[in-house]
Amino acid sequence: MPRELADILQRYQGRGREALLPLLWEVQTAFGHVDAAAARTISQTLRVPEADVYGVIGFYTLFNALPEGETTVHICTDPSCALAGSEELLEHTCQALGVQPEETASDGRFTVKRTTCLGLCEHAPAALVARRGEGLHSVAPADAQTLLNGAKTPARADTLGGKAHIFLGGAAGERAQSLAEYGDYAALRRALTELTPEQVSAEVEAAGLLGRGGAAFPTGLKWKFTREALAQPHYAICNADESEPGTFKDRVLMEHKPHQVLEGLALCAYAIGAQEAYIFIRGEYPEAEGRLREALAEAEAAGLLGERVMGTDWSCRVEIRRGAGAYICGEETALFEAIEGKRGYPRLKPPYPTTNGLFDRPTAINNVETLSAVPAIVRQGAGWFRQWGTEKSSGTKLFSVSGHVRRPGTYEAPFGVTLRELLEGADYCGGVQGTLQAVLLGGAAGVFLRADEIDVPLTYEDLQTLGATMGSGAVMVFNDTVDLREVLRELARFFAHESCGKCYPCQFGTQRQLEILERLDAPLPGDRARLLDIGHTMTEASLCGLGQTAASAVLSAMSKWPQLFPSE
Amino acid sequence: MSERPQTVTLTIDGQEVTVPVGTTILEAARALDVHIPTICEHEATTSEGLCRICVVDVNGGRLLQAACVTEARDGMVVDTRNERVERSRRTVLEMLNASVDLSQAPEVQDMLDEYGADRERFPQALRREHALLDDNPFYVRDYSQCILCWRCVQACGEDAQYAFALTLSERGFHTRVATAFDAPLPETACVFCGQCIGVCPTGALKPKIEFELEQGWSVEQVREHLGQARKRRKRA
Ligand SMILES: Cc1cc2nc3c(=O)[nH]c(=O)nc-3n(C[C@H](O)[C@H](O)[C@H](O)COP(=O)(O)O)c2cc1C
Ligand code: SF4
Ligand code: SF4
Repeated sequence: MPRELADILQRYQGRGREALLPLLWEVQTAFGHVDAAAARTISQTLRVPEADVYGVIGFYTLFNALPEGETTVHICTDPSCALAGSEELLEHTCQALGVQPEETASDGRFTVKRTTCLGLCEHAPAALVARRGEGLHSVAPADAQTLLNGAKTPARADTLGGKAHIFLGGAAGERAQSLAEYGDYAALRRALTELTPEQVSAEVEAAGLLGRGGAAFPTGLKWKFTREALAQPHYAICNADESEPGTFKDRVLMEHKPHQVLEGLALCAYAIGAQEAYIFIRGEYPEAEGRLREALAEAEAAGLLGERVMGTDWSCRVEIRRGAGAYICGEETALFEAIEGKRGYPRLKPPYPTTNGLFDRPTAINNVETLSAVPAIVRQGAGWFRQWGTEKSSGTKLFSVSGHVRRPGTYEAPFGVTLRELLEGADYCGGVQGTLQAVLLGGAAGVFLRADEIDVPLTYEDLQTLGATMGSGAVMVFNDTVDLREVLRELARFFAHESCGKCYPCQFGTQRQLEILERLDAPLPGDRARLLDIGHTMTEASLCGLGQTAASAVLSAMSKWPQLFPSE
Repeated sequence: MSERPQTVTLTIDGQEVTVPVGTTILEAARALDVHIPTICEHEATTSEGLCRICVVDVNGGRLLQAACVTEARDGMVVDTRNERVERSRRTVLEMLNASVDLSQAPEVQDMLDEYGADRERFPQALRREHALLDDNPFYVRDYSQCILCWRCVQACGEDAQYAFALTLSERGFHTRVATAFDAPLPETACVFCGQCIGVCPTGALKPKIEFELEQGWSVEQVREHLGQARKRRKRA
């Protein structure tokens, strides 16, 4: 056994299956792949069947069982990057190396792969670089040469704008806010000294905070249910798997205001009676993970997190877990499976996470943005939070805007701002580039709006009347030079790639949908009815939210631009 | 405090039925002799709600529910065969048939007929094709016929044998059943108990004898071949 492998395994002695993803990450990073011999020793160390180790490697796209080049470049070709020329970037990169996508150059130095959204849409086109022995970093390369000569691009300046009432205050745009700049967790201090856990969740409930991960479930209520569940221990989880195409606001929060995320998570843990917390962050976010780790260390050193927080008997042990390339792991139960060291299959619900979550224990899982809103609510109160937005959609919201606008970026806006204001307002994106054709709201799982629908106020209730959803707050803007059929093909490719394959409607439906969209220029008679049947079946019969929304953009485009589709 | 009720009463296709708490809609329907089709469900393995053929309409809700894993509740009104349900079942069957060799899955063939599925519905569809695996004296594996019901993996693992020789690999449409690093079965944790074959609903897993007879071998040839294989195995 190579020395380096033995050293890694040594550190995992005595651990069980839950350590599988972290251990696979170490081996993958050191050797560039996990071969059969390494998998056998991993299987013995963690007492996980060898077949299961292989199954897990095969599930996550950032792990591989076969060797690749010294450096693998993953180039995003989802809609926002495609608008910025990612197909040409992919083609030129492949040409320079004399390979096809998914192949390794003959000198073994590079492998080139196509990947799904990297959450760098405003810097498009984007790529993720994995170097054997070093790990990952993300880049926004100007061209193939820059990408291949390996220069790390200097710190990206993210565009942050809008009204920084709740989330973005004090964020710099280039670096993380330090603990000194953020302050020493005044909300958590207030909770620990003045408030019971019940009072914390009651305040969050009174604020009307709804989950920002897509499902808009009332956060205070979720915390109450979890706290009241009998089994012990309880777990608090921050869902930082952000992989919805066109969404990058969670990355921005983690990279620029990591302490706000950590304090929000600690408040959640306190409110639900937990002392163990996890942050599950997608593997494609190495910079955000690095900044969170630094912030966590800073907070632990200051006694604000970890054992006996602020000198009380309450501890809050936070562990950061890295995903490995699977959109489905953003689905809460699939995320638990990933932490438990399994293939990221969504579980059947009920039972729900509030009673049967991580390790089958009561668990509150929340999105990064949801948790980031909590410190301000606890500091300033529900009434303060409610001064923005509407009765049913309180506070402000972060929007990730990409595509054809003057200033793509992350914008904070009170609920109720119109989509037009967000796209055209001087405080926001500053106008559409060219003539607006369509907006895809809510990411790949969202729906299209026409140019004449953008006066809709962005609230949950107003969007519902249009048959649209807020989703993750992704806003992808397309002017009239774009062939929407191409966009639909990219979305269909995304879903076919990311379907976990557990249930039939989505396992087959995502593939069939892609096949039909790929031949839209030369359709077969009956393709329209096929798309509608597939859409109906995935939407109504799939096991989880991925399949249930995998036809949503297609169906909305079919009703709004019927001329783009076959007539029968 | 009042006692928790022990039973629930619901309506399935217009008939009322009272069943113990914890009964699934599928079981409640069976008690009424209402037939709901199933593919992945099996008495010996855990229902995971994979095939979604058993979906039913519950109270006209936005989503159809898988009857095999949805608990019957008081006052539920279940429709097991309306237009939404039929359209979904038919489309799943058509998509499955376009992807997998179902020639040796008679139950699924019957379902295709019952739901009026068009066997040519998805022309130019990618099919899941795999080379036949003939790597041991006892079974052959033809994953071109595999419908990913998970039963063999479950039976090999926690539902019966605890051998854990099998796993699912890859994802989505390209998911497949595999051994660790696709090693031949004799080099894996497989104990040749045959549990997987017993639960496989298609021709994907079958005893070598059956396979050889299908290939037109005589009974004598099959016997002789089996004897040789046993001897080889003993020596090894
Ligand atoms: C396919 C799929 C992907 C998801 N991805 C994410 C994600 O990346 N981040 C997230 O916070 N929630 C995601 N969700 C929603 C989560 O399941 C869950 O509802 C959320 O984490 C709850 O947090 P919230 O109440 O704060 O929104 C996803 C759901 C589905 C069905
Ligand atoms: S809907 Fe898709 S992602 Fe969800 S369980 Fe089914 S196959 Fe997996
Ligand atoms: S091999 Fe048979 S039992 Fe196993 S998943 Fe495929 S069809 Fe089901």
